[in-house]
Amino acid sequence: MDLAIFGFGKGGWGLALLQGAAMTLLVSACGLLIGAAIGGFVAWARLSGKLLAGGLGQTYAALFRGLPELLIVYFVYFGTSTILTETALFFGHEGFVGVPAFAAGALAVGVISGAYQAEVFRAAYLAIARGELEAAVSVGMNRALMARRIIVPQVLRFALPGLGNLWQVALKDSSLISVTGLTELMRVSQVGAGSTHRPFAFYLGGAALYLVMTVATTRFFDVAEARATRGMRRATG
Amino acid sequence: MSSKFIKALGLGAALAAGLALAPAAFAKEWKTVVIGMEGAYEPWNLTDSSGKIVGFEVDLANDLCKRAGVECKVIAQDWDGMIPGLKAGKFDVIMDGMAITDERKKEIDFSKPYAASPGSFLAPKDSPLAKTTGAGTLINLDKDPAAGEAAIKSVQAALKGKTLGVQVSTTHANFANQYLKDIATVKEYKTTDDRDLDLKSGRLDAVLEDLPTNMATASKPDASELAVVGPEFIGGVFGVGEGMGIRKSDADLTAKFDKAPAEAIADGSVKKYSEQWFKVDMTPR
Amino acid sequence: MDFDFITKTFVRLLAALPLTLSVWFLSVVLGGLVAAGVTWMRVSGLRPFELFARAYVTVFRGTPLLIQLFVVYYGLASLPAVRASLFWPFLREAFNCAVLSLALCTAAYQAEIFRGALLAVPHGQVEAARACGMSGFLMFRRIVFPIALRHALPAYSTEMISMVKATALVSLVTLWDVMSVALKIRNDTLVTYLPLILAGAIYFVVNYILGAAFLALERRLSPHLRPRPG
Repeated sequence: MDLAIFGFGKGGWGLALLQGAAMTLLVSACGLLIGAAIGGFVAWARLSGKLLAGGLGQTYAALFRGLPELLIVYFVYFGTSTILTETALFFGHEGFVGVPAFAAGALAVGVISGAYQAEVFRAAYLAIARGELEAAVSVGMNRALMARRIIVPQVLRFALPGLGNLWQVALKDSSLISVTGLTELMRVSQVGAGSTHRPFAFYLGGAALYLVMTVATTRFFDVAEARATRGMRRATG
Repeated sequence: MSSKFIKALGLGAALAAGLALAPAAFAKEWKTVVIGMEGAYEPWNLTDSSGKIVGFEVDLANDLCKRAGVECKVIAQDWDGMIPGLKAGKFDVIMDGMAITDERKKEIDFSKPYAASPGSFLAPKDSPLAKTTGAGTLINLDKDPAAGEAAIKSVQAALKGKTLGVQVSTTHANFANQYLKDIATVKEYKTTDDRDLDLKSGRLDAVLEDLPTNMATASKPDASELAVVGPEFIGGVFGVGEGMGIRKSDADLTAKFDKAPAEAIADGSVKKYSEQWFKVDMTPR
Repeated sequence: MDFDFITKTFVRLLAALPLTLSVWFLSVVLGGLVAAGVTWMRVSGLRPFELFARAYVTVFRGTPLLIQLFVVYYGLASLPAVRASLFWPFLREAFNCAVLSLALCTAAYQAEIFRGALLAVPHGQVEAARACGMSGFLMFRRIVFPIALRHALPAYSTEMISMVKATALVSLVTLWDVMSVALKIRNDTLVTYLPLILAGAIYFVVNYILGAAFLALERRLSPHLRPRPG
């Protein structure tokens, strides 16, 4: 196998592949953050005890866990430009309001991730000892202080393993954004494979880069988890 | 609701109304025109190793824009999102080897054609398509229906039970689905690259595509066993030539580009670009 | 509301459902067989087997399914060695490539589920079985497997649903599943959202039925965990 095509000189695709990998990391990270916001909101809705909010939260989760990710990517991609253009039209702006493929892609990943992150956050909240919350109330903490000092730190701690897993999922889901034309790693592999007629080399090379990214970032989450759960007594080691 | 809020709402509504009415007062001044191309449809347009889009249509676009007195910018767009992208306003003109057909004319307008490339088959040199009626000749399905019928029948016999590859939403896909639906297996691909990979690996027995594109593919070093075979078709379901796709609401833009293609054809510019990129003259006659 | 168009589109999408379901079923079954093998290797106690099994799971869970699919469909076909081999008649067909690729991917996830389920079998039960003199196979059949099955079901149900969603990717390798028919209708008619919404409804219903079926199975297999009557 001629490895020169992966080189960094003229006609070498090494740089393009690395740029694609960087784009993948960026769009997955943004997607995860959007998912955290959505997931947090949906979890809050489900935990609020109010029927309508809870019902809507459950519907959101059920919907985006029951639909193929590829379908959601297409839908978000087609839908965001339409919504934005229509809204802009309403305010009198003429012409197209472009939603960059990056934003649509990150939003798609986020929307999917949010449905699962809601479950992770909900379970993490329910894992907080009731006693701590009672003690906080009895000491006179208001809602905001309780959230800041008690709830949020512990939710993050308990949610870390689940979030680590969902980060890996987001990384892999980002490959689907290639159908929108965003030049992330999958897309670059595809373009390279088509341009040089060497699909085996490019798809295997792309897969290798994904593997490196997965393994490296999993290590990062493992370290974060070890630090966050210092001193915590748990059932398993 | 506080009165401040209501006042703000009212102001916003008035502003919106004003902005909405204002543009209607004057027609759009075309200074820059954004052109959408695949950048993956060699030799019409392709992306070079630095990421720039080059090709027959890029050179021609610069030429036509100069004649029309506008500046043009080229952006990349996947083929299956071409017409939706144009209608959504992502770009103003489509130049991607898009044939002018009645079906497409229902959705968008076209300039006068700037090229007339027939559909042709690419297959292994020993394919039965090489021995069909009218192989190697250009058949106009509008002007010569009898020869067209004979050639199509011969193609149907040659491809019986075989697999043909086309790109989605093209005139070639329409031809295949119309005349070869129950005769051969028709596989549709999002990109021409994916389809050509399957032709090279032997999953496809033939590919139906524009003549210049097929010739470019056949000239590559890894395509030594492939050749352009069989009859070449123009007219009928293949359309009468390739033109610039423009939104129906931009009649003034269509008017701007109305004379430009004819001028470019008349003074031989199209022939020059065509021979440079296609190695043959694809000027519409 | 053009009901005629909606009905026609829906019927066309339903016509593609058998392909989606057959890709799903075959890849799940084939994946299950491969997963059983990988799990056996993992718990075998033989170091090279264990390492292979761990590497297999890491690779197939650490890379996107889409790129795995393209390696199998486009990548393998481009190698002259593959085209000359006896695997070519099999790999030539897009359907086979899709099933193979999906099976290899789900095998990694299923192997992890099996492993977790086996670990959940209480050691006391295994000791008691050995004390009774049960052979390895009898112990597996009567003790380990039923307990492991119950533990595996929730995660297995999630994986089955994931696989239904994964079949949508075969639309990108020339197979006419529900997803690709929906996109084709969109390309031909330029109606953007309706085909996607109808396709989404079909996938959602299939997943809902699948989830409910697994829930019923879980209930049936764990009568001892249900609340007592009366």
